[in-house]
Amino acid sequence: MFEKFKEWQENRHEYAKEWKRKTGGKVIGYFCTYVPEEILYAADILPIRILGSHEPQDLTEPHIFGMFCPFCRDCLAQGLQGRYDYLDGITIAQSCLHIRQAFTSWQMHVPVEYSYYLPMPHHVQSARAYPYLTEELKLFKKSIEEWTGKTLRNEDLDKGIKIMNENRRLLGKLYELRKEKNPGVTGLEAMYAVISSQLTDKREHSRMLEEALNKIYERKEKNSNLLRLMILGSEDDDTEFMKMVESLGAIFVIDDHCTGTRYFWNEVIPDEDRLASIAARYIDRPPCPSKDWPERRRVPHILNLAKEYDVQGAIIVQQKFCDPHELDIPAITKTLKENNIPSLFLEFDVTVPLGQFKTRVEAFLEILREEDLWS
Amino acid sequence: MRSAKYKTEPLKCWQKAKEIRENYYKNYAKAHEKGGIRWAGGAWSFDAIPAGLGDDVYPITSEPYGASVAWNKEFALECQEAVERAGYARDLCSYMRNYWGSVMLNKYVFGGEFPTPDFIWQDHICCSHAKWYQVVKDIEKKEIPFFCIDVSVGPYEQINEHKLNYVVMQMHDGIEWLEKIARRKYDDEKLIQAVYNHCRSTSLWAEVCALNKMIPAPLDEKTMYSLYVLGTLQKSSKVVADFYQELRDEVKDRVERGIAAVGNERCRVMTDTQPPWAFLKIFRYLEKYGCVSVGSLYTFGLIGMWDVQEDGTWGPRRTPQENGIEIKTRDQALRTLADWELKKPEWQHFYYPHLKSEMMIRIAKEWKLNGIMLHYNRGCEGLSLGIAENRIALIKAGFPVMSFEGNMGDEREFDETRTIARIDAFMETLGFERLE
Ligand code: SF4
Ligand code: SF4
Repeated sequence: MFEKFKEWQENRHEYAKEWKRKTGGKVIGYFCTYVPEEILYAADILPIRILGSHEPQDLTEPHIFGMFCPFCRDCLAQGLQGRYDYLDGITIAQSCLHIRQAFTSWQMHVPVEYSYYLPMPHHVQSARAYPYLTEELKLFKKSIEEWTGKTLRNEDLDKGIKIMNENRRLLGKLYELRKEKNPGVTGLEAMYAVISSQLTDKREHSRMLEEALNKIYERKEKNSNLLRLMILGSEDDDTEFMKMVESLGAIFVIDDHCTGTRYFWNEVIPDEDRLASIAARYIDRPPCPSKDWPERRRVPHILNLAKEYDVQGAIIVQQKFCDPHELDIPAITKTLKENNIPSLFLEFDVTVPLGQFKTRVEAFLEILREEDLWS
Repeated sequence: MRSAKYKTEPLKCWQKAKEIRENYYKNYAKAHEKGGIRWAGGAWSFDAIPAGLGDDVYPITSEPYGASVAWNKEFALECQEAVERAGYARDLCSYMRNYWGSVMLNKYVFGGEFPTPDFIWQDHICCSHAKWYQVVKDIEKKEIPFFCIDVSVGPYEQINEHKLNYVVMQMHDGIEWLEKIARRKYDDEKLIQAVYNHCRSTSLWAEVCALNKMIPAPLDEKTMYSLYVLGTLQKSSKVVADFYQELRDEVKDRVERGIAAVGNERCRVMTDTQPPWAFLKIFRYLEKYGCVSVGSLYTFGLIGMWDVQEDGTWGPRRTPQENGIEIKTRDQALRTLADWELKKPEWQHFYYPHLKSEMMIRIAKEWKLNGIMLHYNRGCEGLSLGIAENRIALIKAGFPVMSFEGNMGDEREFDETRTIARIDAFMETLGFERLE
């Protein structure tokens, strides 16, 4: 039943091209999950997330210095290779320095009709961020209106909010099931579900998700007696890694990823001022590390997730050179340790050494099993 | 060696610059002895704001401190290893690692124990800015109050009222916060004076750098490093603003008398990003070719504030005082300060590399350069941002470019022999032979 999500994830370009053919609409590629997709749906634009392909390449070498994360270089490589040649526009909401280079180099070297850099605030813990982002969203909306020639009324924004919220709610339900003792859904399946939601029309995705949820309730084979894991850290859409770990007697029950909970965790709470309510949603969402200051709010949030989902161990993945996560990981590891949640740290690249990682994961799971025995 | 083409002379105010710097680090360390307050923050922090707490408030800025650690190779390595042992990644900002290491080892690079700040006053545009001090809070033994202002509102060419307001309102919040944690009444008059000084220092520094358009260049970049640093320490202080005035006068005088930084100047280049501090001798090596680095967007634009002048060239930005503006209120002071700083050249490339390329091309033309040496600096993600695109743009604009990899604060990532070989090859491409 998760086949469809997998198929969408694997054939993302075909999906988007087909969508364009069917609807005659515009498709925008976005580089960071802080982009307010509500406004794009309001304008009948299909927002899709630009992700890498996990293939080694050297095309980006003249454009992005090698000290920046492999993910941002992999994303840019997709553009330089022409794989996204159907895009009408690109956009980014300001997050870390690395990924914005993929955006700016794309702007310069891969021609698109429209591009927009949204200076999303970093100080999301300040009350000043709300009015500021609301004003920025006005500018973004105006720019979209000028591009599409369509005025966005409140009804349109309501439509965008509804589409996004519904999908978030359904993903929330899917994640709720993962709390169960024998979760009806694996980590790999959940990853397919979230990533594909970033790559498809949310309306179609939500219908598929509803169907999947109904089927899960009936699922016979449940995942019992598996070690319950959490996965967290930098951008991660490495399905092969998920599959490998889950073939070793473990199951991922929760994550803190932008291809997971960070993407859909909270909803827009509708209010008279639509843009203000959209702004509040993005400011209040589980933060990316580059926006998590001065207080460390990610750490207690992650700990809460670990407790709520009853995890026995955590796998922390970090894209090589990913400064934002590197700056959080020691604090996260420490807190998990203090709360008796062992963790395994792995550094990811465009391709991961599955064999080598397998040995390390096996050893880690062994420790967890021993602890389980004594607890 | 052939006899020098131009006359050279040491800078008269050199000693004074050294003293200001020494006093700065001493004052910070000894602040408590005099009942004063000490705070820590970045070189880009709005240091004019805590100045409103009184005259006995002493800052330490983190990046120049990290650079001072880098000068001391053994200690730098000790710091870096301590940080790695504590589980922090080796590829993080090397200034930050040097600073953290110093805190972890409780050793002040200028002697004694590391003087813990009473509060942290930071701003944020690079991803490492706020996080730098979050980690300091994690590793310090005691709780340190921490305030940080987000300035990443987009490039100055897109500035508008609400963007400015976002920064200014955070500043207002910051003042209320300062009053609370320092338990002192805030003095707006002191803020206003500090803002005047801030604008004066940064405009004067740009004027000094603009004088380097002359042939021969009165200053070389290696010397400039020791001078611009004062602006990274405390640009809002009267001492620094007055010093830059004195320096400007002296450099003007050098220009009038044809005094050169490099006697055999015949080739002019600029660099980019912070240099590998432990290897400034590469600048001396350039002199063997009669090559002078006249600066960089980094030395010009980290502290200097610029504007296009009537004749279309780059020169110092006119200060509020020069424009006849009298600052009367706190809000006006903060607005002036925010508007002034958001135009910082080194903040523009955080959004779009082409903005930096355009400024670099302007420098290459107006400062009459033969070529450009780009330091692909593994130690600083902020200033290396977009550097590869800058390289392409400079080449397209017709300037020969040499790039070399290194790290401003971690010498393990700098290959001296390789860099020297690259310089040789670059000089050959530019058509210069060694003079000796
Ligand atoms: S957060 Fe990390 S993984 Fe994501 S784009 Fe930035 S540097 Fe890369
Ligand atoms: S990486 Fe560079 S810009 Fe960022 S904090 Fe370090 S020195 Fe500053």
